[in-house]
Amino acid sequence: MTLTPKFLTATAVIALSANAAMADPAVLFDLGGKFDKSFNESAFNGAQRWADETGGNFAEVEIQSDAQREQAIRRFAEAGNNPIVMAGFAWASALDEVSADYPDTKFQIIDMVVGQPNVRSIVFAEEQGSYLVGMLAAMASESGTVSFIGGMDIPLIRNFACGYVQGAKAVNPDINVISNMTGTTPAAWNDPGKGSELTLAQISQGSDVVYAAAGGTGVGVLQTAADNSILSIGVDSNQNYLHPGKVLTSMLKRVDNAVYDALSAGDGLEPGFNVMDLSNGGVGYALDTFNAELISDDMKAAVDAASAAIVAGEIAVHNYNSDESCPVFEF
Amino acid sequence: MSIFLLFQIEVLDSALRLATPLLLACLAGLFSERAGIFDIGLEGKILMSAFVSAAIASVTGDVWLGMLAGICASLVLSLIHGVASITFRGDQLISGVAINFLAAGLSVVIAQSWFREGGRTPQLSGDARFSGIDLPFANTLADTPLIGPVYHGLISGHTILVYVALLTVPLSWWILFRTRFGLRLRAVGENPASVDTAGISVVGLRFAAVMICGILCGLAGAQMATAEPAAGFVKDMTAGRGFIALAALIFAKWRPWHALYACLLFGYLQAIALRPDLIEAALGFSVQTQLLDVLPYILTVVILAGFGGKAIPPRAGGEPYVKER
Repeated sequence: MTLTPKFLTATAVIALSANAAMADPAVLFDLGGKFDKSFNESAFNGAQRWADETGGNFAEVEIQSDAQREQAIRRFAEAGNNPIVMAGFAWASALDEVSADYPDTKFQIIDMVVGQPNVRSIVFAEEQGSYLVGMLAAMASESGTVSFIGGMDIPLIRNFACGYVQGAKAVNPDINVISNMTGTTPAAWNDPGKGSELTLAQISQGSDVVYAAAGGTGVGVLQTAADNSILSIGVDSNQNYLHPGKVLTSMLKRVDNAVYDALSAGDGLEPGFNVMDLSNGGVGYALDTFNAELISDDMKAAVDAASAAIVAGEIAVHNYNSDESCPVFEF
Repeated sequence: MSIFLLFQIEVLDSALRLATPLLLACLAGLFSERAGIFDIGLEGKILMSAFVSAAIASVTGDVWLGMLAGICASLVLSLIHGVASITFRGDQLISGVAINFLAAGLSVVIAQSWFREGGRTPQLSGDARFSGIDLPFANTLADTPLIGPVYHGLISGHTILVYVALLTVPLSWWILFRTRFGLRLRAVGENPASVDTAGISVVGLRFAAVMICGILCGLAGAQMATAEPAAGFVKDMTAGRGFIALAALIFAKWRPWHALYACLLFGYLQAIALRPDLIEAALGFSVQTQLLDVLPYILTVVILAGFGGKAIPPRAGGEPYVKER
């Protein structure tokens, strides 16, 4: 019986430490896992940056299947984590259901809109970033033909393509843009073999710059482009380093900034709808040592001028999602 | 507007590459099903081999070691399928499904803990991937009219595995229809009791068939992950090819040469789907690429429905053999 007080003390200590963790934020990663070299890793980097700068801690989970989403959100909300940040559009339906049960907890979802009073929704202006890389593609192209390879054929990806075509045509109205989608099922995100074949097909049509917005399929696209000495453009996070000197640039979605800002705001996170675009550094193009030789000063000046004009509202980049159509390209 | 646009060398070249993993997987299924073991785990075996061959090739820098390791991984899964469905007489379909799940999960988990790249292997380069082989005189003949483009552009320049896959077709035909082993293997899929009566091991023959299936799936996986233009493993990268191969197998009515034709047709449909511009130029109207993507399945359903001759599977297929007592 002498053991009982010890158990009680131990329980108390555990309860205390759980209390201490109460205000910690939580980051929930999507199925790709936090080291996916892309979207999730970018979210992780943002959270890590916040932890390094503030000395704070954050709870995290990498789910293994779709069925765990609701349970994961509930677990962190029950544990008192606040705010809870989730990366990826697929969290939306689970969050929509769960958020009302925890009115005092603040949630943030990235890449999707959830209309609940305690949820902050972040979407990115992919068309603006794609516009800039489209300009770069048109300026780098010698053949007058550039191309786009999307993953799954969904409006989100068509928005990338539409922005890209607008940018390319802004530089060269006569440019020929080829666009292919890998498929219509989620398998299209992870089919590098088809990505390679699509790239070869586009090369045989004369393309010399290819922009891939296709997840794991893009790995095959960038590889085949490098093998055949044409330029490629990466997406989401900076992929310039994958094939130094052969990746023209990458369209950046600053998921890390979105996560960093949310964790910094803490309990003061403001619910509502938010667009991360050029004006607040949400999207952009990558310039580093790996592609410095590919981007001339003239190209950089032209793109930076266009970027400023978009921010100032002088150039309006059409958003495919607004009316499900693209004025300059027919899918 | 010319129909010949649809048969450009680049398209046919791409079709041949796309057909290769299908062909290897289709012949793998052919051996297994001819011996009476249905195998819907082709997809999983290809995926596991793709991962292991890319991983070993990236670690050792030698694509041949990678290929051997990939074949071994595929053989292990074959062995599991064999033990479950031959030795323990389990349901062959369920065992196949289990193998698909096992491979999809295991490959990503191992890749993640090994390489820390989100379930991928590093990109392969140099000797860590199969590169194209220029056949003799390919460059000297390149400018010859007619023969030149076909020989240089279409036949030459593929990786060794493409040629291996093509040579496997006559080899499979010879083994199945011209050797004693092949006769017994076919018999075991039609009427295992008679084979047993003749004093030949049904279990042994079926295991042999399942192992051949494993080797061929291993080659298909190595082709997908390490033969140009591929350069590494990405999770779920087989993207249903194991199932298209099964469709091709039905389409071919379980015959090696027909498997070649079916896979070339399916490969061609995939290749032409990559070039909507050519279809529009040739036919004068645009065709949805989705339609071309589903054509292999539609064709298979048509064949299954009994058009163009009936597709009759091996009679003892799917049934575990129980010796009469």
